[in-house]
Amino acid sequence: MSATAADEKHPLELEGARVSVKKPEVRYDVQGEMSEAERVARAMQNFVKDFGRTAAIYMESCIHCGMCAEACHFHHVSGDPRHTPIWKLEPFKQAYKREYGPFAWIYRTLNLKPKVTVAELAEWQELLYDTCTVCGRCSLICPMGIDIASLVSQARHGMFQAGLVPHELWAVAERGAREGSPLGATPKVFADRVAWLADDHEIDIPLDKPKADVVVTMSSIEIMKYPDSIVATARILNRLGVDWTFRTDGYEATNFGLLSGNTAWQKKMTMKLIDAAIAAGAKTVVLPECGHAYTALRWMGANMLGRPLPFEVQHIAEFLADNIRSGKLRLKKVAKSVTFHDPCQIVRRGGAVEAPRIVLEALGVELREMEPAKGLNWCCGGGGGVVTIHRADRLRYKVYQLKMEQIEKTGAELAVTTCANCRQTFDDGQAHFKSEREMGSLLELVAENLSDGE
Amino acid sequence: MDLLAFARGPGMQWATAIFVAGVLWRLVGVALLRRKPDLSAPRVAAKWKGLRLIVLRSWPRKEFLGGTAFTEVMGYVFHIGFLVALFFYLPHVLFFADVAQGLLGVTFKGVFGVAWPTLPGGIIYFASAVSVAALIAVLVHRLVNPVKRLISNFDDYFSWFVTIAPIATGMAAYSHIGAPYQTLLALHLLSVELLMVWFPFGKLMHAFTIFAARGSTGMLFERKGATL
Repeated sequence: MSATAADEKHPLELEGARVSVKKPEVRYDVQGEMSEAERVARAMQNFVKDFGRTAAIYMESCIHCGMCAEACHFHHVSGDPRHTPIWKLEPFKQAYKREYGPFAWIYRTLNLKPKVTVAELAEWQELLYDTCTVCGRCSLICPMGIDIASLVSQARHGMFQAGLVPHELWAVAERGAREGSPLGATPKVFADRVAWLADDHEIDIPLDKPKADVVVTMSSIEIMKYPDSIVATARILNRLGVDWTFRTDGYEATNFGLLSGNTAWQKKMTMKLIDAAIAAGAKTVVLPECGHAYTALRWMGANMLGRPLPFEVQHIAEFLADNIRSGKLRLKKVAKSVTFHDPCQIVRRGGAVEAPRIVLEALGVELREMEPAKGLNWCCGGGGGVVTIHRADRLRYKVYQLKMEQIEKTGAELAVTTCANCRQTFDDGQAHFKSEREMGSLLELVAENLSDGE
Repeated sequence: MDLLAFARGPGMQWATAIFVAGVLWRLVGVALLRRKPDLSAPRVAAKWKGLRLIVLRSWPRKEFLGGTAFTEVMGYVFHIGFLVALFFYLPHVLFFADVAQGLLGVTFKGVFGVAWPTLPGGIIYFASAVSVAALIAVLVHRLVNPVKRLISNFDDYFSWFVTIAPIATGMAAYSHIGAPYQTLLALHLLSVELLMVWFPFGKLMHAFTIFAARGSTGMLFERKGATL
């Protein structure tokens, strides 16, 4: 799609509480021209394309106990049995048994599992995209140990190739692949912002240094909505005296290829970061406050490259925690009570549970944990691309209320997180409910409280 | 050939053959698929190789207990009742001893120095009754709970049937209720054979796959430091 056509058909909305494409008057939730049979075939082929032993063993193990419903925030607020996580995979489970499993020949010969239809897949689009943030809470309850969230991601691979992605998610993913950023943060826009911020804040923000020990990346939400994160990052790294740089050939950590299910686009976005870091001879790549960016590079990057990454990958909270532990980063005490929202991809599924808490401890705050917290936290409802989808708002706001109840119960003065997508989900939720509480950034809180001034 | 002779002879032989071949086919079919190596740098070495999750997931976290207690407790009750009857009822133990002797030429006592323990028939009967009650409870729950009702299919109901049938027929044979003993015993054996024949094709296979599924997730999550 040309840039002009995309701007006309899927214009961005960057001024509101949520950055996405504008609420479409006419939805295009089906992409491409192909027959129904081809759509189904592509969905199934791409679902099983990367099917390894682990995914197959998951498919063979479900006992239909329904417990996963108890863990899902969407089911929790809707009570709708269709929102049971394993049900979100039903057409794909059916197709696996019929087309791929060890007894597929029996299922096919006796027609024990009917062929999946386009109508079914279209019906399941809402379940796989609008009502799943891939937060992985369901994966913690399954008595068989099935990682249901990973299967949802795999099902999205099939849905994408079948041209069955929700309008807004497809549009931002396509823009990301074409322009290098899903929200219009093109290399030129990014460079302009960096220059403007450096000038405005009278701070040195290195850009495109040919060589650097640390290459730092940003998410498009930060670039377009929370540019203070760029300044905060620069303040901290400059204070540490690190040899670092942003690079216009690899700055955008947001990866809507991953969220929408297009593995080619996912790889394209990931390889930009990897290539830029290799070109800079970086020892470390620092990822921004973005949940899925952490999954995409920290845990999937090497597999995209096909060999171990020649540099370390750290989320910014891990980078801060390491420098606090080593004594290089000293912070002023913040005499406030704080509650921390655990981003699912960074904490529950990413394993960086303690890093943000080390940072908060160094800030001397009174940490009031939510119940449940850490790996068991309730998702904000906006992950997995859900926050971009306007038709998902009604239920997402209910999920958001669940999260806000948790936060209010702590009675903490401040709420912070370390994911810009969570932040914008909170901003949007607060705007919707006309509430005052803000969700702050852990990174920015650190930058505001560097111990010796700049 | 009467019904009992069929059940003891060709019926059991065919059921065993289908059970063994089916289980192997399904397990090998999955095991032969490739597992792409995970090239990401692990946060921690997965020293437990997935074992931790295999154990941990045997009981839900307290955060999840409220909504899952019924399913968990009833699940444990019917499994334990079933296994007690299967492995500690004297005629079953004698049957397994015969099989071990015939196939391997060994006895339990010969290997371990003590005989395989058995429980009195009354206790076995009680365990079976508890198991049947729990199975009926889980069936009712499956029918009335909106989530379970939606996600259930033929496999769920038929697997339930082939699980309760051997226990019910075993209890009937033990107490000589409803038909001559020979007939009841034949029905009991045939119900066991039905279970064995269905086992590889339906969800009863979780008896094997549960360890592989939990272990796989355990390994993947542990190396990331993700929540288990």
